[in-house]
Amino acid sequence: MRVRTRVTSAVTAVGALLALSGCGAADMTKQASPYANAAGAKTVTLSVQSWVGAQADVAVAEYLLKNELGYRVDKVQIDEVPAWDALSQGRVDAIMEDWGHPEQEQRYVKDKKTIVPGGDVGVTGHIGWYVPTYFAKKHPDVTDWKNLNKYADQFRTSESGDKGQLMDGSPSYVTNDKALVQNLDLDYEVVFAGSEAAQITQIEQFAKKQKPFLTYWYKPQWLFEKVPMTEVKLPEYKEGCDADPAKIKCAYPHTPLQKYFNADFAKNGGEAAAFLKNFKWSEADQNEVSLMIADKKMSPDDAAKAWIAKNPAKWKSWLPK
Amino acid sequence: MATATASSPVRDTGIGALLRHRAVGKLLLLAVAAAVVVPILNAKWASGAWPDALTVDLTEPLGKTTDWIIDNRDSHWLFTYFFGHISNAIVLSVRGVYLVLLAAGWAGVTAAAGLIAWRVAGVKLAVMAAASFAVCGLLGMWVPTMQTLALMIVAVLASVILGLLLGLAGGLNDRIFRILRPVLDTMQVLPAYAYLLPFALVFGMGVPAAIIATVVYAAPPMARLTALGLRGADGGVMEAVSSLGATARQRLFSARLPLALKQLMLGVNQTIMMALSMAVIASVIGAGGLGDRVYQALSTVDVGQALAGGIPIVLLAVVLDRVTGAAGERMGAHVEDNSPLRGWRGWSVAAAVTVVAALAARFADRVDWPTGWVVNIAPSVNTAKDWMVDHLYTDVPVVGGTADWAAHFTTWVLNPVRDGLQGLPWWSVLLIVAALAWLIGTWQTALTAVAAMAAIGVLGVWSKSLDTLSQVLAGVAVTVVLGFAIGIAASRSTRLERLLRPVLDVFQTMPQFVYLIPVVALFGIGRAPAVAAAVVYALPAVVRITTQGLRQVDAAAMESSRSLGATSWQQLRQVQLPLARPALLLALNQGVVLVLAVVVIGGLVGGGALGYDVVFGIAQGDLATGLVAGAAIVCLGLMLDRVTQPTERRAKKGA
Repeated sequence: MRVRTRVTSAVTAVGALLALSGCGAADMTKQASPYANAAGAKTVTLSVQSWVGAQADVAVAEYLLKNELGYRVDKVQIDEVPAWDALSQGRVDAIMEDWGHPEQEQRYVKDKKTIVPGGDVGVTGHIGWYVPTYFAKKHPDVTDWKNLNKYADQFRTSESGDKGQLMDGSPSYVTNDKALVQNLDLDYEVVFAGSEAAQITQIEQFAKKQKPFLTYWYKPQWLFEKVPMTEVKLPEYKEGCDADPAKIKCAYPHTPLQKYFNADFAKNGGEAAAFLKNFKWSEADQNEVSLMIADKKMSPDDAAKAWIAKNPAKWKSWLPK
Repeated sequence: MATATASSPVRDTGIGALLRHRAVGKLLLLAVAAAVVVPILNAKWASGAWPDALTVDLTEPLGKTTDWIIDNRDSHWLFTYFFGHISNAIVLSVRGVYLVLLAAGWAGVTAAAGLIAWRVAGVKLAVMAAASFAVCGLLGMWVPTMQTLALMIVAVLASVILGLLLGLAGGLNDRIFRILRPVLDTMQVLPAYAYLLPFALVFGMGVPAAIIATVVYAAPPMARLTALGLRGADGGVMEAVSSLGATARQRLFSARLPLALKQLMLGVNQTIMMALSMAVIASVIGAGGLGDRVYQALSTVDVGQALAGGIPIVLLAVVLDRVTGAAGERMGAHVEDNSPLRGWRGWSVAAAVTVVAALAARFADRVDWPTGWVVNIAPSVNTAKDWMVDHLYTDVPVVGGTADWAAHFTTWVLNPVRDGLQGLPWWSVLLIVAALAWLIGTWQTALTAVAAMAAIGVLGVWSKSLDTLSQVLAGVAVTVVLGFAIGIAASRSTRLERLLRPVLDVFQTMPQFVYLIPVVALFGIGRAPAVAAAVVYALPAVVRITTQGLRQVDAAAMESSRSLGATSWQQLRQVQLPLARPALLLALNQGVVLVLAVVVIGGLVGGGALGYDVVFGIAQGDLATGLVAGAAIVCLGLMLDRVTQPTERRAKKGA
């Protein structure tokens, strides 16, 4: 019994301490990273998504924030949906490239008003099914979904069994592929690579041996420069045709990619917020930086530096006046 | 290392005949029960996969819970007055430690590491500690290393305190001890991935959730070893202390705790190792530090850069392991220290030197690690990886390439096992589990195993779980064959064992994320690389336990068999292996648990099944998918543990 009373008193003491230290309510919307603003530096925390395009955005923004505006930049890699949550809580200040999350937009931007839109990145994203161009040249009719069943046995792997393999990537990506295969009556098995890194590695392996493959992939993407791929036409996308995920029978839309900021940061973020709001570049620009990072294995910082040295006119217009 | 503290009650093998007799009886009894129950079940729900009528769909309630948390997090008292304070306290403490580390600068931190190691573990480890920190700087990882260190210091302190409290309660009170055991078991089998998301929702993304997840994972060994140490206190000593009229509190502080000191230090050591292995996993919810560097490098398929982030983690782990291990041994040994620098004098010298080093760097304006002192290892590592892939992937003469092996392994091993398991009627799976668990344990363990398996069916992930199970079985088979072979070889050659030790250290502490890409590069995507990753992770523990078990076989038995003219092979087969059976069984059990632990990681390279669901849950913020898959992994773990862990009727005492 003595143990128990001691435990209770310990719990009470901890509780009292917590109450004293907080002096009331804790604000869950203001939870900056413990590493932020350390050692007297002004910091901005950016969320980095796992694909290289987003890393290119962040790399260039980081370089300019550091060298032109005197900020320290912390980068945090989180998956897309949790990143919205982190943005809402102020744990990160900005997401530089969002591929469209209507549910999160409704919740955080419209209802809770903890996140505000930050404008276009200047890049339009598109998801689709792709085959390697070396294969499409030999079999031109593979680029129409209606002929895919004819080629199913060429796309077979040990993982897909007796069906063709449609390779999907990271679980965080938007995908209707399972439903599409079902609804379009395709003789394919969706095999999830589980991460973009695994998917890229596998595509490069296939390409090295000039093997046929069918994969979920997206534009803009640096890998196209290394492994040219041709899109397979799916039934045309029309507004609202993807409303019911179970009945979906159409291609993916073209999405102008967006930036999002924490509401507090947008208001009180000073020069950094103004700069990030102005940040806008083209697909070609982004691909140039992405390729340097992912293929030439330059550090994001060096890649950003190289691009910045070449394009002063573009980035100078982003700097706050 | 993750579960090296699991208990290993051992069955006496001397009563083989009686046992075989008992085994037949158990099987007969089970057969009779099956003959009665199976036709009824069959008539009601039919055979095949788990019947839909017996499942519970948790999608809606869990989805509603997520929404409720997000909608009320900023306003409900539960968050603003309770969880919010916890996460603020965590953020403040991590920030405090981080600022101190930054203020000390690289010179101060390196000096402090070396001097602390010198005080508690001697000169040799001091040099190693200082050198390790210097390497972290050389790799260009100084700031992330400090972030991880700050995270680790707070997480380990919290785990040790929590573990001590739980362990004290369990060590002094039998009832609490009995309740605590299954709780600790579950905390350790639970895949950290599965509870990252709920913690992130409640406590906030990043550091707070990461620390709490780490504490859940790392506190159990401390609690277990504390309880064990307290319960193991020598009865005679306790008697003597009581007879001197000591109060309960005095008995605890003057006798029990000091006697358990060695166990406590071992607990601290285990806690540190487990906390470090969480450092990388926690990066998927944005905890920053070294784990984040590894994770970011992987998304550009940059193995070299990932390795640069992984090496500091390995170094931190090895240094902390050796230093706390040596400290534990010293405390147990009570060496007489007559040097002029003993006690507080040594510590004040250490403190003074640290301050001088920190100030010197500050005046030289070199607080941050100098950028000129960074060595970039990434290009050469990537070249090596590319060479490997170019030359081993496929079309290697005679042996075939790694991709061909993977394809064959999938077609000839994984597919048949999976299809076989999924083709079995659901009740027969339960029966097999019951039979295996009962043969090796008691009826209670059999009941737990069957209940765990049934829970998987009720959760509605029956066929996915059997898919995962098939991967685990294949992985365990490969691990055990390789592990026993290497272990036997190492037990017969001291030189080989010495050579293996650093290799095993590296594989045990290197974050699994680092070898994901090489694994895909070699084996493509799918279940085969997932199994390969699991084997790499589980092999070191199996090799270690096997080697140790064989080494500990009674020398007299070996000698007498040799004098009877047994060849080396006969000796191994007829003396060493049978005598080392308990150790081999423990190795098997550890193999199973560790292979299962990599299942989630396998989801990242195309392993699919439960691992993919868990990853999906985090990526999409989908509590229902992630938590259900996580619960199913726990159930699989419980079942496999019970089926492979021989238990006698549990004695009243023990861990």
